[in-house]
Amino acid sequence: MAFIVQATGIDAIKKMLKTKSNITDAFIVALAGNPNTGKSTVFNSLTGLNQHTGNWTGKTVTTAQGKYQFKDKSFTLVDLPGTYSLSSHSEEEEIARNFICFGSPHATIVVTDATCLERNLNLLLQILEITDKVVLCVNLMDEAKRKKIWIDLKKLSKILGIPVVGTSARSGEGLEELMHTVYKLCHNQITTNPIKIKYNEKIEELIQITEEKIAKFTNRKISSRWISLKNIEGDKTFLDSLDKYLGIDSAKILPNEEVDLNLRDQLVSSRVILAENISSQVVSCKKEKEYDFDRKVDNILTSKILGIPAMIALLGIIFWITIVGANIPSTVIAKMLFGLEERLTALSVAYRLPNWLHGTLILGIYRTLAWVVSVMLPPMAIFFPLFTFLEDLGYLPRVAFNLDNFFKKACTHGKQALTMCMGFGCNAVGVIGCRIIESPRERLIATITNFFVPCNGRFPTLITISTIFIAGADVGPLRTVIATITITGIIILGVIMTLVASKILSKTLLKGLPSSFTLELPPYRNPQIGRIIIRSIFDRTIFVLGRATAVAAPAGLFIWLMANTNVRDLSLLDYCAAFLQPFAYLLGMDGYILMAFILGIPANEIVMPIIIMSYMASGTIIELESLAALRILLISNGWTWLTAINVMLFCLMHFPCATTLLTIKKETKSWKWTLVSFLVPTIAGIIITFTVTQISRLSKLIV
Amino acid sequence: MKGKNIPLHMIACGKSAKVKELTTAGSLRRRMLDLGLVNGTIVEAIRKSPSGDPIAYEIRGAVIALRSEEASKIIVDVID
Ligand SMILES: Nc1nc2c(ncn2[C@@H]2O[C@H](COP(=O)(O)OP(=O)(O)OP(=O)(O)O)[C@@H](O)[C@H]2O)c(=O)[nH]1
Ligand SMILES: [Mg+2]
Repeated sequence: MAFIVQATGIDAIKKMLKTKSNITDAFIVALAGNPNTGKSTVFNSLTGLNQHTGNWTGKTVTTAQGKYQFKDKSFTLVDLPGTYSLSSHSEEEEIARNFICFGSPHATIVVTDATCLERNLNLLLQILEITDKVVLCVNLMDEAKRKKIWIDLKKLSKILGIPVVGTSARSGEGLEELMHTVYKLCHNQITTNPIKIKYNEKIEELIQITEEKIAKFTNRKISSRWISLKNIEGDKTFLDSLDKYLGIDSAKILPNEEVDLNLRDQLVSSRVILAENISSQVVSCKKEKEYDFDRKVDNILTSKILGIPAMIALLGIIFWITIVGANIPSTVIAKMLFGLEERLTALSVAYRLPNWLHGTLILGIYRTLAWVVSVMLPPMAIFFPLFTFLEDLGYLPRVAFNLDNFFKKACTHGKQALTMCMGFGCNAVGVIGCRIIESPRERLIATITNFFVPCNGRFPTLITISTIFIAGADVGPLRTVIATITITGIIILGVIMTLVASKILSKTLLKGLPSSFTLELPPYRNPQIGRIIIRSIFDRTIFVLGRATAVAAPAGLFIWLMANTNVRDLSLLDYCAAFLQPFAYLLGMDGYILMAFILGIPANEIVMPIIIMSYMASGTIIELESLAALRILLISNGWTWLTAINVMLFCLMHFPCATTLLTIKKETKSWKWTLVSFLVPTIAGIIITFTVTQISRLSKLIV
Repeated sequence: MKGKNIPLHMIACGKSAKVKELTTAGSLRRRMLDLGLVNGTIVEAIRKSPSGDPIAYEIRGAVIALRSEEASKIIVDVID
């Protein structure tokens, strides 16, 4: 019997995680819990992996798995999305529930927030109805201590009848004990005796009737009491899963009565009240001082008058630090890399490399790479840590709170503000993040409009242009201020466009009303500076840079070849640019720029390098040893501030990169919506650059 | 705003209230219950967002923002 249980469990896990790896030799441990309680942090500490964490609800939307070793055994840890409950409101809840029910993990760690134990116990009590192989991990003990909240863990363990471990996952405190407890639980060295929720007579009676009917079909693979409860609640998706994973066709077996809403309320109430009861016995709290600090901060950051200005100011400060800070290292790196280029050239002359080889390798590939690194690395290395800092602090949900009314007016989901913020990192990630939105209509809108916030790959372009061009004319402090204002303005425009496009979609292709949602505003937490820096550098900066160089090298080669393959006096590059020129001119750009955007589809990072390459390759002889030279290069190729503005606008709004498009296809499972996602920002970009250009040309601002 | 049987979004910031009834069905009701909004729960209105909606409430130790559409479906008695 035991063998069969295990086999079914692993099959189900494989189905769910789509893994091919052989995990039979390891114990499977699930990490469940409310959102934002530190599951991913525990996961990372134990497995040494880098699952993303962040101080907001719903950071993890997919399951991740990793291994760790304890004593002589290996354990496969599965990081589940955070949920408040195990009914089926949303995809995350279904994933978490199905894994615990049908994946039959050898143990489940329920991670709870020590500062909000009562609410967390509600989920724990539900899990205890499914399985008794549970360890309660009361995490964030350091935060609780700071807020003067004490929890009697021993008493809690006694009341619940399961092992309880207090941890501070971030500093690693208590994790050793947690692993040990899991080890013992998996080896049956600890027997648990979970608390039973006593429902009222009517419910208990119903449970009994149902249990009797279902018991002989379950083969003890799943708790029949739990099935009965779900049946009383009328949880259709659960009963479907039951059929799918265990082949138990409940419709045939169980009484198919109308769901009694009243009973359902009573079910939940019983749990909530029990949780309240337990928590009152074990939690002691010295005055409600804890909220004071958070509330004071929120009084400013989400206040009626200051809320939105503060948000814009914060964004501005981040950009300002980025621009000011990136300036010097950019110049230094540029000097270094271009100095190296001279040496390489000298070497190739000394070794008599043929001209074409020197051209492709050094003028083509090396130069593009040098540009990508010197222009993009410093701003990214400064911007991402700062942004992650805000995320870790818990500021993003406040952004959602501040902006929610606008999203409501655009008939979309409030969580779209969060998926929008995720897009700042990478639009593909933002698109995946849209899973936190339950209603399909609103999820599609969030997906389609995600590209309106500039990702990793586009930020450097924006920053470079605004620093060297828009602000380039002035020297001194004003220069960086102007650049900052420009960038901030572009981002605000991106947000406005998101709202406008969402509204238009809501009124046309995706008609409907906003659905209900609840947004949790987590307490502010001290960010982990060290980890933030490491994480942003490795996860983001190196990643983006790697991707950029991987694409930039062949692109550089391609451009160089195009520029140096002549057909009747003109290079191929010139032919293409000339072909695009008339259209590009209408949008206030030129053919090379438009071509760079098209060639940049694999990765937006390389748009700027391609522009530079094309200009340099098409005959303009300029030694680019400093950033100032870049400005001269652009001007000598006919750039005005109107060109710069249009490039920035078009950078903000054009076709999504290939990765994003593929992700959209994967998420929406539809080519049609992928096409819409392609068209919406593109059309917006064309309309806006066209309008800006024509108006300024007509008004003779620019000749 | 004083009184009995009023929708939650009507109570003034800084005031607390006791949940009496949820006038909604389906998954929204479930979600509210899961957040701990069962009868008798004390809820405090903390603050309004800059444009007046949503409003943040303290519910069983957590701060949750609700749009007025949702909050209006929670009937409460104000506590003085
Ligand atoms: N002070 C402190 N902060 C912690 C601790 N554990 C986690 N955090 C922080 O809490 C926040 C949430 O952590 P995550 O690991 O992302 O939480 P999660 O449970 O995976 O969240 P979801 O994926 O949204 O369900 C992060 O900002 C962490 O840095 C801890 O023990 N102490
Ligand atoms: Mg997580």
